[in-house]
Amino acid sequence: MDNRKAYRIYVERRAASSPVLKNCAAAFWVGGSICLAGQLLFALYRWLGMSPDMAGGAVTVTLIFSSALLTGLGVFDRIARYAGAGTLVPVTGFANAVVSPAVDTRSEGMLLGVGGKIFTIAGPVLLFGTLCGTVYGVVYYLAGLLL
Amino acid sequence: MSFLSAGGGAPFPVLPARIRKVVSSLTLFYSCLAAFVTGGLLCVVAQLLIDLTRLTPARILVLYVCTGVFLGAVGLYEPLYRFAGCGVSVPLIGFGGTIARGVREAIHTQGLFGALTGGLTAAAAGTTAALVFGYLAAVFFRSGPKRLGKKR
Repeated sequence: MDNRKAYRIYVERRAASSPVLKNCAAAFWVGGSICLAGQLLFALYRWLGMSPDMAGGAVTVTLIFSSALLTGLGVFDRIARYAGAGTLVPVTGFANAVVSPAVDTRSEGMLLGVGGKIFTIAGPVLLFGTLCGTVYGVVYYLAGLLL
Repeated sequence: MSFLSAGGGAPFPVLPARIRKVVSSLTLFYSCLAAFVTGGLLCVVAQLLIDLTRLTPARILVLYVCTGVFLGAVGLYEPLYRFAGCGVSVPLIGFGGTIARGVREAIHTQGLFGALTGGLTAAAAGTTAALVFGYLAAVFFRSGPKRLGKKR
């Protein structure tokens, strides 16, 4: 029993270690590059005369548009398979999580297929994001009353 | 603010402008480096969470957004943003940070009601863009993975 357990631990460690490092390297340079592209776009939009807030929003929208396009063309999945969290964590991952189910469920109908499934992953993100925001808002408001 | 150099043989009066150009391109280089490293590290953290704890990608997204709201709430998001720019605002942490900032500003103008309006108002551009482009993609593209499968 001890031998088998030791062997399983050994196998898990050997199986996991090299992909983890490789995955992290891929996630680092792809994710970093997406943020770098965002920073360059930000500089471009600032140079075009946008306010910092608007330039930030425009960067987000540009990245979302790009990943929607790449998702539709089927390229995004291939990049994501290599990059893992590198494409998931930037806003590209959120966009992909919205666009991908929308494209895939088109056959189930535009209303309930696309309209419903488009929120499969965006739903939890929006729900818990706004929930946290609201909790923070109430706490912030009460703290403002007391202090 | 052109990042091309002014060309050879610049006379003396042009020097301050050239120096300004060098400084501004250094600033751009520095901000890009900070964005690259910070954004990359945030992705590595998520990759480690996926590989070592078997957290699903959906949970990672939710975790990052909530972390962003939390960072915004305790006042850490803005300094991070000033340091790393798109390195924190492009990852989903930025989505949360935007929500937190929106809520705070809405409470300043609308009182408690702002707790309901601020978050989604601030996140409106990203959310709406994702939904609209998602719908358009569903209209214009056929299911991606199946088509890819045929190609292979």
